[in-house]
Amino acid sequence: MSAAPAVEERSVVLEASDLAVSYGKVEALHGLSLRVHRGEIVTVIGPNGAGKSTLLAALIGLLPLRGDLVYLGERQSAGRSVEQLVRQGMTLVPEKRELFAEMSVSDNLLLGAFDRYRAGHRDELETIDHVFDIFPRLMERRQQLAGTLSGGERQMLAMGRALMAKPRLLLLDEPSLGLAPLVIKEIFRTITQLRSTGVAILLVEQNARAALQVADYAYVLETGSISLAGPSETLASDPRVIESYLGLGGRH
Amino acid sequence: MDVQIALLLGQDGVTNGAIYALLALALVLVFAVTRVIFIPQGEFVAFGALTLASLQAGKLPGTVWLLLAMGMAIGLIEGATAVRARRFHRLPLIILVNCGAPLLLAASLLAVSPAGLPLPVQVLLTLMLVVPLGPMLYRLAYQPVAEASVLALLIVSVAVHVTLTGIGLLFFGAEGSRTPAFTDASFTVGDVVLQGQTLLVIVASTLLIVALYLFFERTLYGKALRATAMNRTGARLMGISGDLAGLLSFTLAGAIGAFSGVLISPITTIYYDSGFLIGLKGFVGAIIGGLASYPAAAAGAVLVGLLEAYSSFWASAFKEVIVFTLIIPVLLWRSLKTRHGEEA
Repeated sequence: MSAAPAVEERSVVLEASDLAVSYGKVEALHGLSLRVHRGEIVTVIGPNGAGKSTLLAALIGLLPLRGDLVYLGERQSAGRSVEQLVRQGMTLVPEKRELFAEMSVSDNLLLGAFDRYRAGHRDELETIDHVFDIFPRLMERRQQLAGTLSGGERQMLAMGRALMAKPRLLLLDEPSLGLAPLVIKEIFRTITQLRSTGVAILLVEQNARAALQVADYAYVLETGSISLAGPSETLASDPRVIESYLGLGGRH
Repeated sequence: MDVQIALLLGQDGVTNGAIYALLALALVLVFAVTRVIFIPQGEFVAFGALTLASLQAGKLPGTVWLLLAMGMAIGLIEGATAVRARRFHRLPLIILVNCGAPLLLAASLLAVSPAGLPLPVQVLLTLMLVVPLGPMLYRLAYQPVAEASVLALLIVSVAVHVTLTGIGLLFFGAEGSRTPAFTDASFTVGDVVLQGQTLLVIVASTLLIVALYLFFERTLYGKALRATAMNRTGARLMGISGDLAGLLSFTLAGAIGAFSGVLISPITTIYYDSGFLIGLKGFVGAIIGGLASYPAAAAGAVLVGLLEAYSSFWASAFKEVIVFTLIIPVLLWRSLKTRHGEEA
């Protein structure tokens, strides 16, 4: 699993080797290694039940994991908590969005900056303007309750709320799930835009075609372990990927 | 019953109802954020009232010792955790907050005679003694089992309630106390005499409710508590930990309880175990609000206060029975209105 030399030189945000995650006695992930650099989009694609969401939940500290994990040059201890990782700039946009349904869009966004506020940063109003620049739709809807938004708007709000924390590593879990094709296009265009701000993005997707188009590097996760890895263009033209994930119409 | 008596009883009912409303709000808050049914809420009322009475009688209130003991226990636990994690730099702060602050408070109470202090200072001292017991209780009794089921948390609440009542008897004895009225002023509106004390209770409760509303609507910490109540996972992902939300909501519950105790102490004689019944009436109000809606809980609590006042006139022996029987039709109505099924 060797990365291209150009990628190697940039600073590593997250490096995992030989990770394993279990639900009780059932091992959901094993022998998993991956690396994410600054300003890079790395995607993990794979079928339903391969362990993609489990991987993200374990990385953010919602599930216990075993193995070596180095985040921002620091080895992570076993007892790490979600709150510590959020303080260190890791943010997860979960598959279920987990919005605060009975609160307004702007309150949801402000709470995204809660930890920065608690740490003494009082720049949430500037950050919210920046998020409104990225998602103008949220600006229009800012007084509306989050529970009344459409699916696409909810995904935008979940991503906007995560950006309020000014993350260094953004974990995105199935952002395309349940969205119309046009909305998916918009969401992925935004993900590409975010790369230029220097944030590292780990994108977990079932929609392999969309994911491979935006990502720099890709891993294929099957039944709990990595079966293929490489730069996205290489994987997109790999016959095994085309057959299993892109289908015959791989050129659309 | 003539109009004058009706108005007098109404005045009584609204005064008590305002206190029940405060307690109902605290119960809803604690339940929504931590899923704890906070039975010991009433003990904070009793401790607040009795601490103020002790201070005014020139005695050292027993709550000082409780504060010191719980502070020491937390200091030991947190200290041991910090040592095990080799974070020695955190030790001074842990010791200062948990042991130093209570010691300082105890020392200053011994140094000055609290009986001679002006009333606002006595009230402030009472709050400083009783409010910290809220977060300390959370840290010692609830935080270690925060992920347990609602039933397990309820059992912990019963244990804490019984323990605190026993401690109350030890500290304050079996006799009740009543503090002098904050104000002797009274106003005459038409034929009705309004007691200054009554107005004070209503105004103070209303102000506290408005302050709580502003806290939840306008501040980021208040919003964080609401967010935790709505979606725990979502809140954790924003860095709002369950521990932080728990400590914060128990601090508010402790403050509301102690403040209610201070307000009620000139109206009723409070015994070491009076808190339970007062808290239970707040609970009836909270149940009317389904343990979820703040306005409904407050309205329900005022209704409880009025019902209590009027039933004490007509059937004073059945006063409590009537109030607590109210819960049955409410529960019936709630269970008929709520749809139970697989999709619920």
